[in-house]
Amino acid sequence: MWVLRLILRNTGRHKLRTILTILGLAVATMSFVVIRTLISSWYASAEVIPPNRLVTRNAVSLVFGLPLAYEDKIKRVEGVESVGRGNWFGGLYNNDPKNFFANFAVGPEAYLDMYSEFVLPPEQRADYFNTKNGAVAGRRLADRFGWKIGDIIRLTGQIYPGDWEFVLKGIYKGSQQGVDENSFIFHWEYFDERIKQTFPEMGGEAGWFLVKISNPKQAAGIGAAIDDIFKNSPAQTLTETEKEFSLNFLAMMDSLIAGLTIMSYLIIGVILLVLVNTMAMSARERMSEYAVLKTLGFKTYHISGLIVGESLLLAGVGGVLGVLLTYPVLDGISRALQGFFSGFAMNSLTVILSAVFMVVVGILAAIFPVYRALRLSIVEGLRHVG
Amino acid sequence: MPAIVKISNLSKSYRRDSIRIPVLENINLEVEAGDFLALMGPSGSGKTTLLNMIGGIDKPSAGDVFVGDVPIHRLSDAALATWRARHVGFVFQFYNLMPVLTAFENVELPLLLTRLSKTERRKHVELALSIVGLQDRINHYPRQLSGGQEQRVAIARALVTDPTLILADEPTGDLDKNSAEEVMTLLSQLNSQHGKTIIVVTHDPRAADKARSHRNLDKGELA
Ligand SMILES: Nc1ncnc2c1ncn2[C@@H]1O[C@H](COP(=O)(O)OP(=O)(O)O)[C@@H](O)[C@H]1O
Ligand SMILES: [Mg+2]
Repeated sequence: MWVLRLILRNTGRHKLRTILTILGLAVATMSFVVIRTLISSWYASAEVIPPNRLVTRNAVSLVFGLPLAYEDKIKRVEGVESVGRGNWFGGLYNNDPKNFFANFAVGPEAYLDMYSEFVLPPEQRADYFNTKNGAVAGRRLADRFGWKIGDIIRLTGQIYPGDWEFVLKGIYKGSQQGVDENSFIFHWEYFDERIKQTFPEMGGEAGWFLVKISNPKQAAGIGAAIDDIFKNSPAQTLTETEKEFSLNFLAMMDSLIAGLTIMSYLIIGVILLVLVNTMAMSARERMSEYAVLKTLGFKTYHISGLIVGESLLLAGVGGVLGVLLTYPVLDGISRALQGFFSGFAMNSLTVILSAVFMVVVGILAAIFPVYRALRLSIVEGLRHVG
Repeated sequence: MPAIVKISNLSKSYRRDSIRIPVLENINLEVEAGDFLALMGPSGSGKTTLLNMIGGIDKPSAGDVFVGDVPIHRLSDAALATWRARHVGFVFQFYNLMPVLTAFENVELPLLLTRLSKTERRKHVELALSIVGLQDRINHYPRQLSGGQEQRVAIARALVTDPTLILADEPTGDLDKNSAEEVMTLLSQLNSQHGKTIIVVTHDPRAADKARSHRNLDKGELA
């Protein structure tokens, strides 16, 4: 009890130093948690993709499409359950680049049903399929622009010029954390028809095919079988699971992510240095007090307890404050980067990790002062004063 | 009167870079229970070193130190710590109070190592503070007290456990004339009215006047 009181009083001796130390620890912890949350949120969005979906695209580049006729051929491959097609539309809402979000045309009905992680009320789904220019938007996207069911949404095509009007017929939710809720989809048939009217030479092409398979374990084999069919065609294909497709995208940012991860650990090092410095300063100033406590008969564990306790207290308060700071900061980031993140999942591992690091840092920062205080002979410690 | 401190053939030297610096040579000293001894001598003569050895915060290079029946030169560091807590009260030149603790809490500090309950501790602390005349400064922090008051708090801390010995190293060295007089009178009262055995290191003859017996250290040897 008295040890706690003494620890608290000791932290109050140099208020500015204590406050700066805690703020330093808090900012560093906050950065650690924010960085790790960003990374894990990227991976989380790939993790929630069901493993039973393949994407077949043009082997050369996503920019080139694939003949519609491929769809039936893919359907006949052993193990394939259903096939749908999609095209990137790339329209801008109110023709403002700041309003960027993913929008694409998909069809037939099967395509939407393959997205088992999109939860759409049955009557909205029916409405959507009964409306030629109907559209479905993710919950976050709808929130962002304040859209309600029935709203007319005008997108200005960037690839396919013109103003396109859609009627919002459904708003889907993700079935779990991490599912993308920022997409806007509409009927492929409507898309293709309109393109053919304005640009007869375009149309009749799929940007990609989405393939649902019955056994995710056979994904590699089925993918190879599909690519094999079109090996000698003018448009060769590349098939991979949608998850791989997503992770490959992350792989392009591999070095960025590795750099951020390293940085997150360097931050732990910074936290350690901040605390080591503060604890070393405090302990140096108190050597004669430790000598007096020893003279009075206080033992090794009392003195160690005082120092370790103070170190853990600073680390703990800084750490908790840092994690709390994370919420407004992540909130701000997700506001600033609308549409790129489907919500942050501050995963419990990150929080546990920062708690563990704080305890470790608290103990490490105390080691040197404890060592010095214990090694110090009473006689030397008392001489410190005079 | 039986001897409460018995030092025989004590020598102490320090090592500095493989050079042996002798500080005390062949010291023999007996202090009777109830004595109030002034250890005098010029600066650097080894007074502090000798007092530290009697109080068990330093160890002799050779020779024996008995306090009561305990051969404290043979005790381990941990055993010495326990022994000091029960048998010795220290008073230092620079008071050495904990700055973050009040007068009450400073005096209570040595009692935290005993089994006394909170109420019993309070009784002891209040008694000790009233003996040194500071019952009205209980909740003051050291920085709110004068030097003389701080030293009286330190004396209360030294006597609160009712130790066998009170050891004071230049207790008036940092005080003005009046405060020094007060502190020495207080120690003398503790000796005469409460029967405490006290050893005071000082090189101030006026302070030494209050003691019952006097010994002189010069160049590491007792006269
Ligand atoms: N830890 C030490 N290392 C080396 N020399 C020391 C040490 N402590 C004391 N001395 C020396 O021992 C001598 C006696 O010191 P001390 O007992 O403090 O003298 P006094 O208290 O009489 O002034 C001095 O010369 C001092 O320099
Ligand atoms: Mg001295």
